[in-house]
Amino acid sequence: MLSTPRAKASSEKPTPPTARVLPRTQTDLLIQPRGRFSFVDVRELWDRRELLRIFAARDIKVRYKRTAIGAAWAIIQPLFTMLIFSIFFGRLAHVPSDGSPYPLFAYTGLVPWMYFANALTGATNSMVENSRVITKVYFPRLLLPLSIVVGGLIDFAISSGVLLLLMAYYGVVPHWPVLLLPVFVLLAMVTSFAVSVWLSALNALYQDVRYVVPFLVQFWMLASPVAYPSNMIPSKWKALYGLNPMAGVIEGFRWALLGTPSPGPLILVSAAVVLLLLLGGLYYFRSVERTFADIL
Amino acid sequence: MIERLGKMYLVGEREKYFALRDVLTQAFVRPFLTLRRRRATRSEPKFFWALKEVSIDIKKGEVVGLIGRNGAGKSTLLKLLARVTDPTEGRARISGRMGSLLEVGTGFHYELTGRENIYLSGAYLGMAAAEVRAKFDEIVGFAGVHKFLDTPVKHYSSGMYTRLAFAVAAHLEPDILLIDEVLAVGDLEFQKKCLGKMGTVARTGRTILFVSHQMNQIRRLCDRCIWLDAGRIAAVGPTVEIVGQYEEAMANASSLGEAAGHDGTETATHFVGWRLLGTGQGEASHTLRTSATFSVEFSIRVADDVRNAHFGVALYNSDNLLMWGNAFNGLALDRGARRLKVTFPSMPLKPGPYTWKVSLYTEAGLADSYYCVPNLTIGTIPVTHPMDQWQGILNIGCEIHVV
Repeated sequence: MLSTPRAKASSEKPTPPTARVLPRTQTDLLIQPRGRFSFVDVRELWDRRELLRIFAARDIKVRYKRTAIGAAWAIIQPLFTMLIFSIFFGRLAHVPSDGSPYPLFAYTGLVPWMYFANALTGATNSMVENSRVITKVYFPRLLLPLSIVVGGLIDFAISSGVLLLLMAYYGVVPHWPVLLLPVFVLLAMVTSFAVSVWLSALNALYQDVRYVVPFLVQFWMLASPVAYPSNMIPSKWKALYGLNPMAGVIEGFRWALLGTPSPGPLILVSAAVVLLLLLGGLYYFRSVERTFADIL
Repeated sequence: MIERLGKMYLVGEREKYFALRDVLTQAFVRPFLTLRRRRATRSEPKFFWALKEVSIDIKKGEVVGLIGRNGAGKSTLLKLLARVTDPTEGRARISGRMGSLLEVGTGFHYELTGRENIYLSGAYLGMAAAEVRAKFDEIVGFAGVHKFLDTPVKHYSSGMYTRLAFAVAAHLEPDILLIDEVLAVGDLEFQKKCLGKMGTVARTGRTILFVSHQMNQIRRLCDRCIWLDAGRIAAVGPTVEIVGQYEEAMANASSLGEAAGHDGTETATHFVGWRLLGTGQGEASHTLRTSATFSVEFSIRVADDVRNAHFGVALYNSDNLLMWGNAFNGLALDRGARRLKVTFPSMPLKPGPYTWKVSLYTEAGLADSYYCVPNLTIGTIPVTHPMDQWQGILNIGCEIHVV
């Protein structure tokens, strides 16, 4: 620094105080102990959608950044599972497939199932993986499981593309129920989110949960009509079976795309269960959320 | 909008949560304890008030320093304000957007590139992508990482990482900036740059709450200081005053131990302490608040009568640079407790901590040499250039006339 001091400042030119204060419409923020009954601040979640987008994009980038075949994993997972199912359940065990070719039948079930399973696994770890951030900055914690569910849609879209190719290969043309497909996609998202909220909160508190999740996913798949059609279930147990919301989702997918028998009331039971799961999950998440930073 | 003259009330308190898993384990390990006893064992010793009944009102545009020992609750206070944890009691009201810089590189993701991390950090602070884009070049310029923008930050050197992290937080222009000890890292040059930037931020009417153990940084930046001790406010007031009190308290706390070590050789001649005289502040003062004349008195315990002693005294600043030194010959000291009084016409050094070094030589050689504890704190009002890098080391006022 060889220059001489100037009257005010050297390189930086401070602007007068009034010039730079941008008008921002922001209400006062009140920090106080939170009551037990505080529900989700939906508006805040919406305001932070940019962060949600970045979280989701980050997860995808990081997931595939240093893998050799990148996003091809999104195809390989359900495709290979389908092959195995086709050999063991389709060929050897002669599991019925509601009149569709078994490989197509299995793959159609696997697409929403894989989405659900990946969301569960991802969301369970989301709190712990982001503990460094959680203990340092504030943001609505719900964005973490939410970003997993939203980000998973990319993989979902990729594997759905393969599904279209398979349908074309088998010459399957969907009928009018295909118009309801968005409803089932939404139901798959909400189901994944509801369970993810539970698991992410529980895993933040008790890290044993992440060892439970792989088992949970396995058992859950056996309890869902992924490899077999739900009409194999005796009709007196059907209502109980519908308590598994993924049963409704998967049957809905097949009905919309392959024209298998309509899931009927099963879907309503599933939707009701999902709603309860979601509300309960959100409530639970909110009530333990404030302790995350102290525990992680 | 005028309400945005951000007021902050904090009557915050916070408990340390215990791991809920402990409760479960307890239930398994000792299932036969009655529920009541279990509750009793778990609640009593584990609660700890990291912060208790802290109330303060911070105005918009103020730069407030937060000082105190480790564990005094400084970081907890920032965490509460940043909404990372919820308070147990009390409340705070904040107007404006809060940007938190609790730790360098908060939220940086190692696998992502510098560019991606800038956007990520912006999103944490609640900014839209467009807002970040508008500041992007400025951030990159400040951090000096142009060439590595598309490199994952895990390949960054720690210096680059710190620079980028600070640049992001300082340029994203939140209304309120919480800074926790970030400048402890980074080289001196960059620290200076950061402090300069923070000064600029402060002058644009933004509120800064700054935690640091570097009293000089606090002194340079803050108008006002909060001294936290054991979760409570020990003192609030103008920086010069509070930092002075704090340094004195810290020095006194440590001087007990050091003095004992120094006194180890009871039989030999040795210095035992020092104090300021003629500052109108009573006994045992170590903070100089006058730019006029004053005296310093060094106490020494003399083991044997000395003729023709040689007494050296020097003053060092906190970087251990010699500020001043002198020596006096031919002193006669009788055995026992003696005091050496040195009178100065003034001490026009800029505010900060300084250390006296005294030594005494007899004809036999060095009798004792002593870095005096506690430090001398110069707490005069600065009358020099407002920018730090032009302050120099002397604190001398002057006048200008065009003739």
